[in-house]
Amino acid sequence: MSSGAELIRKAKEQITEVDPREVHDLLGNGHRNGTVLVDVREQNEFEEAHLPGAVHVPRGHLEQRIEGAAPDRSERVILYCASGNRSALAAKTLIDELGYQQAESMTGGIALWKDRGFDVEVPRRLTPEQRERYSRHILVPEIGLEGQLKLLDAKVLLLGAGGLGAPTAFYLAAAGVGTLGIVDDDVVDLSNLQRQIIHSVSRIGESKVDSAEQAIHELNPGVEVKKYKTRIDASNIMEIIEGYDIVVDGVDNFPTRYLLNDATVRLKIPVVSASILGFDGQLSVFAPYEGPCYRCLYPTPPPAELAPSCGANGVLGALPGIMGVLQAIEVVKLITGAGEPLIGRLLLYEALSTSFTDLKVRRDPECPICSRDPDSISDDEMGVFPDYEQFCAAAG
Amino acid sequence: MSTIKIPPVLRASTGGEREVAADGSNVGEVLRALASSHPATEAQLFGDDGTLNRYVNVYLNDEDVRVLDGLDTAVKDSDTLVILPAMAGGR
Repeated sequence: MSSGAELIRKAKEQITEVDPREVHDLLGNGHRNGTVLVDVREQNEFEEAHLPGAVHVPRGHLEQRIEGAAPDRSERVILYCASGNRSALAAKTLIDELGYQQAESMTGGIALWKDRGFDVEVPRRLTPEQRERYSRHILVPEIGLEGQLKLLDAKVLLLGAGGLGAPTAFYLAAAGVGTLGIVDDDVVDLSNLQRQIIHSVSRIGESKVDSAEQAIHELNPGVEVKKYKTRIDASNIMEIIEGYDIVVDGVDNFPTRYLLNDATVRLKIPVVSASILGFDGQLSVFAPYEGPCYRCLYPTPPPAELAPSCGANGVLGALPGIMGVLQAIEVVKLITGAGEPLIGRLLLYEALSTSFTDLKVRRDPECPICSRDPDSISDDEMGVFPDYEQFCAAAG
Repeated sequence: MSTIKIPPVLRASTGGEREVAADGSNVGEVLRALASSHPATEAQLFGDDGTLNRYVNVYLNDEDVRVLDGLDTAVKDSDTLVILPAMAGGR
């Protein structure tokens, strides 16, 4: 009866061993070169790190699964493990028992591979804390681990940390959106607290971006908050929004909405847009070149007397809660690819009658902005609409 | 009678009514009926040339009347018209 060590020694004599350098030279350029690279270690070892391009067939399942990984028995199969022992035994099994003609074992395993300074692939995983925090997302098939990783990678810009921005920021932070940008030049006021639930009495007088950041970090310290203590205008918009995956629009005036539309069409960034007044809300998703843009829906703003956004108007405190959370949901859908986002549709919510109305919005083939090549949209025409000067003068 | 949904900014012109019933066989007639029962809405809906103001969207059920036959679009009694000027409030 031979000892385990003898068995391994004998196996190594009977098979071909290949140095990690040769494997690296053979597969380092990302091509298979007629070779299948097989990791025969246990699941947890493979998950920790493995060679780039390796398929995983644990030695305990070698006989059952190798044909799936390497169906052609005349093809070269290079096996590796942690140090080169298990892979030597596995190579011998493939040759002796399963008829593989070129099954080889990599000397020294992944340990020697790393010693030689070659890269390994570390699969992305959630930390135990993240796994617990996002467990209810991971359980939903439409999101799952993959969707959660997308959320963690996502960069979302919120225009305004006010009525709509407050609930949106809270829920997107809770959802684990990795980077939240917030643009707001205002400070927290007592009259905000009837609806802007991200702020608090203790932070009255503080800037809204600082206040929002504090609340976000109390809820989820893993979120990176980028603060822009400014008002968005033609001079800074391109610089601020570039690099974000999605913009959430809760701005309170038409000139900025048109400016935002034109800039996001130019940069092809989808906008989740909502507006509120009294007991009524509107919501839509403007995905450049996929659906209509804001100008397709509203080619010109109403005259100032019909544009109450310019003055101080009342709003039911919970209304931006509903509309802002609907915005957060549309953002999560866009990031994860779940469901059908509200592109080409406009949702109206009337709180007094508790009714939702879904209207169709078409792309305007004559749209002054999104019917054109994005590169042809100039700085000068961004945010401009007929009677723009008159509108702004009248609006004060 | 078809039903017209009145947006918040026009409710001052309809005595606070959120829905108004109006007669007419097409969109233009229904909106004119609204304008005659609530005269303050007329200037907000129609320009001097009698066409619908461009900043007002009108939907027959869920479709923009501009992609249908505009003011000539036929209206049935069971239909709902939605008047929708742009809103921008967010604070």
